[in-house]
Amino acid sequence: MGDWKTITVPVLSSDSKNIFQHTSDKKISSPSMNSQVLRLPLPSSKSMHNFFSAFCTEENIEQSISYLNRELTTLGFPSIYAESKGKELNLISIINCMNELLVLQHKNLRAQEEVEMQHLKLGSDMDHLQNCYAKLKEQLESSKREIVGLQERDRQLQSKNRNLHQLLKNEKDEVQKLQNIISSRATQYNHDMKRKEREYNKLKERLHQLVMNKKDKKIAMEVLNYVGRADGKRGAWRTDKTEARNEEEMYKVLLSDYEQRQKQLLVENAELKKVLQQMKKEIISLLPPQKQKPKERSEDGPVLSDLEEDIGELNKENMWELSCETVREQLTNSIRKQWRMLKNHVEKLDNQVSRVHSGALNDKDVISREDHELETEKLELEIQQCKEMIKTQQQLLQQQLMSPCDDDTTLLLQDCYLLEERERLQEEWRLFQEQKKNFEKERRSFTEAAIRLGLERKAFEEDRGTWLKQQFLSMSTDYKHSENVTTPSAFLGSNLTVNVYLLGSEQDNRLVKSASQQRKPHRVSSPVSAEPWQTSPYITHNSSNAASKKPAADSKPNQWVGSDKEETE
Amino acid sequence: ASCVQYRLVVRDVRSLQVLQLYTCLDQIQHMEWSSDSLFILCAMYKRGIVQVWSLEQPDWHCKIDEGSAGLVASCWSPDGRHILNTTEFHLRITVWSLCTKSVSYIKYPKACQQGVAFTKDGRYMAVAERRDCKDFISIFVCSDWQLLRHFDTETQDLFGIEWAPNGCVLAAWDTCLEYKILLYSLDGRLLSTYRAYEWSLGIKSIAWSPSSQFLAVGSYDEKVRILNHVTWKKVTEFEHPATIANTKTIVYKEVEKSPSVETERLSFPPPRALASSLFSTQSKYDVSQVPVSLQYVKPAADRANPKMGIGMLAFSPDNCFLATRNDNIPNAVWIWDIQKLKLLVVLEQLCAIQSFQWDPRQPRLAVCTGSNKVYVWSPAGCVSVQVPGEGDFQIVSLSWHASGDSMVLLSKENFCVCYLEREEV
Repeated sequence: MGDWKTITVPVLSSDSKNIFQHTSDKKISSPSMNSQVLRLPLPSSKSMHNFFSAFCTEENIEQSISYLNRELTTLGFPSIYAESKGKELNLISIINCMNELLVLQHKNLRAQEEVEMQHLKLGSDMDHLQNCYAKLKEQLESSKREIVGLQERDRQLQSKNRNLHQLLKNEKDEVQKLQNIISSRATQYNHDMKRKEREYNKLKERLHQLVMNKKDKKIAMEVLNYVGRADGKRGAWRTDKTEARNEEEMYKVLLSDYEQRQKQLLVENAELKKVLQQMKKEIISLLPPQKQKPKERSEDGPVLSDLEEDIGELNKENMWELSCETVREQLTNSIRKQWRMLKNHVEKLDNQVSRVHSGALNDKDVISREDHELETEKLELEIQQCKEMIKTQQQLLQQQLMSPCDDDTTLLLQDCYLLEERERLQEEWRLFQEQKKNFEKERRSFTEAAIRLGLERKAFEEDRGTWLKQQFLSMSTDYKHSENVTTPSAFLGSNLTVNVYLLGSEQDNRLVKSASQQRKPHRVSSPVSAEPWQTSPYITHNSSNAASKKPAADSKPNQWVGSDKEETE
Repeated sequence: ASCVQYRLVVRDVRSLQVLQLYTCLDQIQHMEWSSDSLFILCAMYKRGIVQVWSLEQPDWHCKIDEGSAGLVASCWSPDGRHILNTTEFHLRITVWSLCTKSVSYIKYPKACQQGVAFTKDGRYMAVAERRDCKDFISIFVCSDWQLLRHFDTETQDLFGIEWAPNGCVLAAWDTCLEYKILLYSLDGRLLSTYRAYEWSLGIKSIAWSPSSQFLAVGSYDEKVRILNHVTWKKVTEFEHPATIANTKTIVYKEVEKSPSVETERLSFPPPRALASSLFSTQSKYDVSQVPVSLQYVKPAADRANPKMGIGMLAFSPDNCFLATRNDNIPNAVWIWDIQKLKLLVVLEQLCAIQSFQWDPRQPRLAVCTGSNKVYVWSPAGCVSVQVPGEGDFQIVSLSWHASGDSMVLLSKENFCVCYLEREEV
């Protein structure tokens, strides 16, 4: 046991020595103050070995063991003895105790380290704070010095100011004094001057007396002959009348001058009044109708109305020509009021404009602005839509105009167009066919009618011939003029033409109808064809002639044929 | 008419031909035409004699002898038939009548610059008087020399009186120690008093505008103040500073230009005409750019009657312009536009201005500076005309003819007549 102890203890001691060394090293490196506080009264490394050996020697092993046991038990460790009262040592407990002691030692070291760290930190904080404090102190001192300097300057300036004030006062006093001096001197001079003048006057008087007393013959005027007065009048004596007249004349002169001036002033006055009236009217016209703001209106309303009435009265009666005080005052007051109103109005407008520029909101402004903006947006949208539409349409047009690459589509398109045309043509063809049929019908009817007519004509001719013979025989003595050629033809023509006209009218109607269905060139021919029909009744008026019957009848089918021909063309 | 020593020479204006020649008893000091141009009076102050000559009848003569009373001034009355003689020491004014040979006396006339003033229409005469150290003004009717009004003035020492052209207002101003101008109406009532400032030297000269609308008062502080005839209050002030900065003012500066001489053409001896033109310098006007600084003369402060302030004032006959001269800047004539109440033109001459006078008919100003040139300004421009002739002709004063067609230029010993051509329109 003892051997064991000796073996283990040195190991322990070396470890602990190392540890102690470490800690001591640590302590040496730490700042002096801290180290002083914390430095345990540890002996040097050499002495530590002695110390350890000194504690436990071969003689007092048991004492040291018991001492250790006591210490450990007081610290709360289990006893290192195996059993109570036995001198046998419990190795396990000893090792446990040692282990726990080591652990404790480690903990303590760590705690020590931590404390030392904190200590260092606090130290550095302290330093920092001290520096700050030193700096602030410096700043405070410098600012204090500055304040002192500024105060000094202020004091100097104030004193300067006071000095200047004083100087100014002195100067003013001097000026006043000088003025007083001048005035006093002036009065003195005046007094002296007056005295001298009096002396002088006395001398003059004296001289005058002397001169008058001398009665110089020299003081005379030599004139060869009297000169007539400038205006040709004779000289007049000075009497009171003349005095009065002179006064009168003088006053007349003055009065005329004043009258002239007054006239000028009146004219000027009248002109100015006119100008004022015009200005007032213009101002009234400029001002906006005051129905918008009822508040202000209530104030100015009755006043305005009164003024307006008065002004109206004034204008009516032309009282502005008078220059009485009240009229003048009224006029000027009214103008002033109107001008003020106009000024207010202009100011309001200016404010509005400035507000609009600055962008501040006002109820009215916002509404108008919003409306304005909405409208502009709408318009813009519309414009955009229109533009888009135009674009699309243009595109479509371009597509249509330019031959697209697709053949099928072109063919289709062409086919469409062709179809349309074909349909149209077909319709026309149908119409044409119908008309043709109609014409055929008409032709047949006409030919039948012509045949009938021919037969009738023959009969008529025979009748006519017999009648004419009778007539001729009866009236051979009466008529000598040979109008036979014309009259029979005329007569014939008229009868025939009646029928013909009827037929012709029918045919005309048909022709016209057909013509309207067809195109224009056909139409032109129909009136042409109608005319010959119509002209013939006018020509053939009086009596019909068998001779003309034939040519008429011949001409008719010719005409018919012609008309048919024309139609077919 | 001109007088040479003791001879009176009357010439025709257009041809300068000698019409009459009269001989007086002594050297003539003062000569004056009567208002109807029929008589000429010649005053010889030393002898105290006034001689009157007639143009119509050269044989007619008249002599007025003041004797021991002495003679200081003599002038015609407006009707051309009375002569007013002021005796020595201003004892009295004697009114001699040529028609009636009667004599009237005006006592205690004032010995001032303009003591007697006649109205433009010649009806009334105002005389400044001084009795017992007080100033009075008497107004006489010229037709019969009756005293109309006699009133006192509130002046310290009346310096001058002048009627307005309309004959209804009389301006009276005080000595230069007091700035005070009083306006009296024809019947003697005080209409108004005007005082611009105290203590400094006051009024130097005044001028009425031809329409009687304005009264221009020139004072020693280099300013002209215009009063209006309605309220008699100041309408505006015209300043005469040494530097002109207003861009709307035209400044005409007289500039000498040396004539170009062709040395080849010179022949010896040089003809007289050429010689005179060689040595006489020509001058023309240049328009100077504003700002212009003029020559400012500061007078000696300790002498009396200093050469400062507005010494000459004249309105143009059409009432549009006012010409002034600031004695501090003796080389410049300032022309003001009365319609706009602004400075219009400044004429800067090379020498000091002796006198100027407006043409009685048109707004034309003739200026003479003591050199041999006469300067004429009109709103159209200005021109400098040299007096042709041998030797130097220093123009001292000038006077326009009443028609405005010609003017007389006077030098110390000679005079010449300058004819102005009228533009044929």
